[in-house]
Amino acid sequence: MTRHLRVDGPNHDDRLDHMAQGVIGQPLNRLEGPLKVAGRATYAAEARPRNLAYGVLVQAAIPAGKVLEIGDAPGALAVIRDKRMVRFAAQGMARKAPKSGPDGIDYMGQAIALVVADTFEAARHAAQNLSVRYAREDVPVNPEDVTPELPPKKQSKTGDLDKAMQEAAFSVDQVWHTPSQMAAAMEPHAAIAEWDGDRVTIRAGLQMLSSNKEQMADALGIRPDKLRLLAPYVGGGFGSKLGINAESVAAAIAAQKLGRPVQVSMTRQQVFDLAHRRSETRQRIRLACDADGTLTGLGHEALVSNLPDDGFSEPVTQATPFTYQAAHRQVVHAIARIHRSCAGSVRAPGEAVGVTVFECAMDELAEAAGIDPVDLRLRNIPEAEPVTGRPFSSHKLTEALQEGAKLFGWSDRRPAKERLEGEWYIGIGMASAVRVNQLVESRARVTLVQDGSAIVETDMTDIGTGTYTILGQLAAEMLGLPADRVEVKLGDTQFPPAAGSGGSFGAASSGNSVFLACEEIRRQIAKAIGCDEGDLTLQDGMARAGNVSKSLSEVVEGTITGEGHLEPGKTEKSHRQATWGSHWAEVAVNRWTGEVRVRRMMGVFACGRVLNEKTARSQCLGGMTFGIGIALTEAMEHDRRDGHAVSRDLAEYHIPCHADVPPLEVHFLQERDAYVGPLQAKGLGELGICGAGAAVLNAIYNACGVRVRELPATPDKIIAGLDP
Amino acid sequence: MQITLNLNGTSHHLDVDPRTTLLDALRHHLGLTGTKKGCDHGQCGSCTVLMDGRRVNACLTLACMVEDRDITTIEGIGTPGHLSPLQQQFLDHDGFQCGYCTPGQICSAAGMLEEIAAGWPSHASESLDGPFELSHAEIAERMSGNLCRCAAYTNIVAAIRQAAQGDNRREDAA
Ligand code: FES
Ligand code: FES
Repeated sequence: MTRHLRVDGPNHDDRLDHMAQGVIGQPLNRLEGPLKVAGRATYAAEARPRNLAYGVLVQAAIPAGKVLEIGDAPGALAVIRDKRMVRFAAQGMARKAPKSGPDGIDYMGQAIALVVADTFEAARHAAQNLSVRYAREDVPVNPEDVTPELPPKKQSKTGDLDKAMQEAAFSVDQVWHTPSQMAAAMEPHAAIAEWDGDRVTIRAGLQMLSSNKEQMADALGIRPDKLRLLAPYVGGGFGSKLGINAESVAAAIAAQKLGRPVQVSMTRQQVFDLAHRRSETRQRIRLACDADGTLTGLGHEALVSNLPDDGFSEPVTQATPFTYQAAHRQVVHAIARIHRSCAGSVRAPGEAVGVTVFECAMDELAEAAGIDPVDLRLRNIPEAEPVTGRPFSSHKLTEALQEGAKLFGWSDRRPAKERLEGEWYIGIGMASAVRVNQLVESRARVTLVQDGSAIVETDMTDIGTGTYTILGQLAAEMLGLPADRVEVKLGDTQFPPAAGSGGSFGAASSGNSVFLACEEIRRQIAKAIGCDEGDLTLQDGMARAGNVSKSLSEVVEGTITGEGHLEPGKTEKSHRQATWGSHWAEVAVNRWTGEVRVRRMMGVFACGRVLNEKTARSQCLGGMTFGIGIALTEAMEHDRRDGHAVSRDLAEYHIPCHADVPPLEVHFLQERDAYVGPLQAKGLGELGICGAGAAVLNAIYNACGVRVRELPATPDKIIAGLDP
Repeated sequence: MQITLNLNGTSHHLDVDPRTTLLDALRHHLGLTGTKKGCDHGQCGSCTVLMDGRRVNACLTLACMVEDRDITTIEGIGTPGHLSPLQQQFLDHDGFQCGYCTPGQICSAAGMLEEIAAGWPSHASESLDGPFELSHAEIAERMSGNLCRCAAYTNIVAAIRQAAQGDNRREDAA
């Protein structure tokens, strides 16, 4: 039986708090952890079918045009060119394949062929030596070279911001730039495809199997029921594996043509070209306030880019409409259509760079108005969503700011450039954290076995998010079992379709479906015992109600199976849902070299119920570290002549390393959000990044008095602002 | 070409293309996929293995050049049922998320602790002669060849520190 829930209203039942097992929220070790630390978890390219052939993708060397001719590949089994091969990755949750036809070229680096050989070495050699003749077209590759689109639906205006700016006691009007950024998950995209008659099984690095299945079936021109996707372990995603990409489609086509299994792994450089990039942004922020720091106007104008016919554009201003109050407001969203690689979701699309820049602007306004940056924010927190008047489902920004200020020692902050230790300027900075929250339809099946164990099955993925563990904990809590009695099976489209890992909605969406499935099982147990489900207590394999107490083996005959099906409902529209927090950083800036060292960093976060404190904390550590990268090191530069990515590997694109990251501190605020389903949990995978970079940049200003508005704040830019 | 690899205490005879890296010999020919490929260019440390006890990037090492060496991979360090103290600390401290960089981090940490024991200084060391305190800066500096995009860095350093102190008590046993 399936228990279905549409989240149409609030849920104040706090059911998980009233369960007896006491495992939910506990900082348990990861269920699959022993496999991972022992190197036995097998990722996409790590199945070893017999007779496996290796494919290497060949990339376009021109920014746009056509392939006229491709030469031979001596030593290879085949050069695969097929009109079904895709030009770029599908966007997250797309239901169709992305644009196909590898003979037409949309950007430099696009996949145009696959060379397959018996060994990886032979395939790589043949692919690198393949001769290709092109017809090149001239196309724009720089955002400022084109007139951008201004989709009417993405613009908004309330009141008269220009006037508010003129009449303001204090104001800021500045422009920031952020470069293209990459997810750069440590596992490069890879796939192994194998056909059995008209059925194909593809093992790949994918975040969202249920929609990936539709995309892949559409790409291959087969029925979805002929396709099985496997992604039991995914070596990081951060958005880059939301949709199917060139390697998995090419592997499936090659395996079909050659009649044997084929593996295709992207090289690290190919990942930088073929996975979605976060668009570079140009952001103009205008802020106006009166003498006591009350915002009277705010404006956020963003220019982003993408390929001519792609539907995604970095939602830079996503949190701007509801973070701070101001009577006069304006949002502008412009899209430059250019031929750089496809832009798409990278961890916290929108807020990662939008909140970061906006929070830098807030710091500048605080400075201009002579108000403490924390106070400026506290003074401008709205009661309800500005303009629409929608209530917030829960709002924790005030608490996050106040708590953070206390824990971090904010009151010790001194004016800019006052602390010099040896040759290092020391400063501290802060920023608000905010990220929209949502639920996505999700299903799961839970089976309770007579011996007091349970199995959770859903095609949800665990991309490092802790999903195996939290779903196991949820089932254990609801069914009254020790956590190690629950087995969790994920990453296989033979299981019920889940939300997938993306947009921070994975844990809450799939978690609610497991919760519902367990409620269904509880209902059946209650029926067997003859009590109301609400009166049933399940703990340590025992079922109790009133004065009845039975072990599950007496109640369960064979197995009991329940399915859960969660859908978002009216609360999605009736309430503004978001997660909240605050970021704090202390940096040292070298007065001679401009080098920045982050000495201390702390985040305070409210994300509804925390399902596992250990894995939740790790999610925040990851997000905050992305923030350090955004602030200080990460930039994918494009060649201005042909748009290709210049810094396209881990030696050129600098993600933070051990020495760049101090011991990070994370604090959670207690919260139960009633509008996000019975779990009362919200997303957490992205909140940690939203605004984190601003805390670092604001700390740099507090240390040495330099504002860097062209991110990242590399030493050359800081030296340029330091006194000689 | 025919080669012999001494791996985790066992000899393996292989017939490989001379261009085969140690990393691909492990992953493609021996089915030992615990050693990961993150970049194939010596940029990320995912492929770190121990060669005669010293850490090397398996992606920058040709298989045919290491015939007379002893190679230890993550599979030789411990098994899911019998984790080494270092692996146990990674588990207890959540020193990983996706787990892809993890075998490299663990092999690297094992080699790094040996380097400290052997008296090798690092850029972060107070003096060239030691003794070297296992401070955050010291460990982070020595581990900086191992990237982790999930950014478990804070937890990795804590795990290494605790393992090095020989305190293998399990916190929050699951
Ligand atoms: S795979 Fe060898 S260093 Fe990255
Ligand atoms: S755990 Fe994912 S890259 Fe380190």
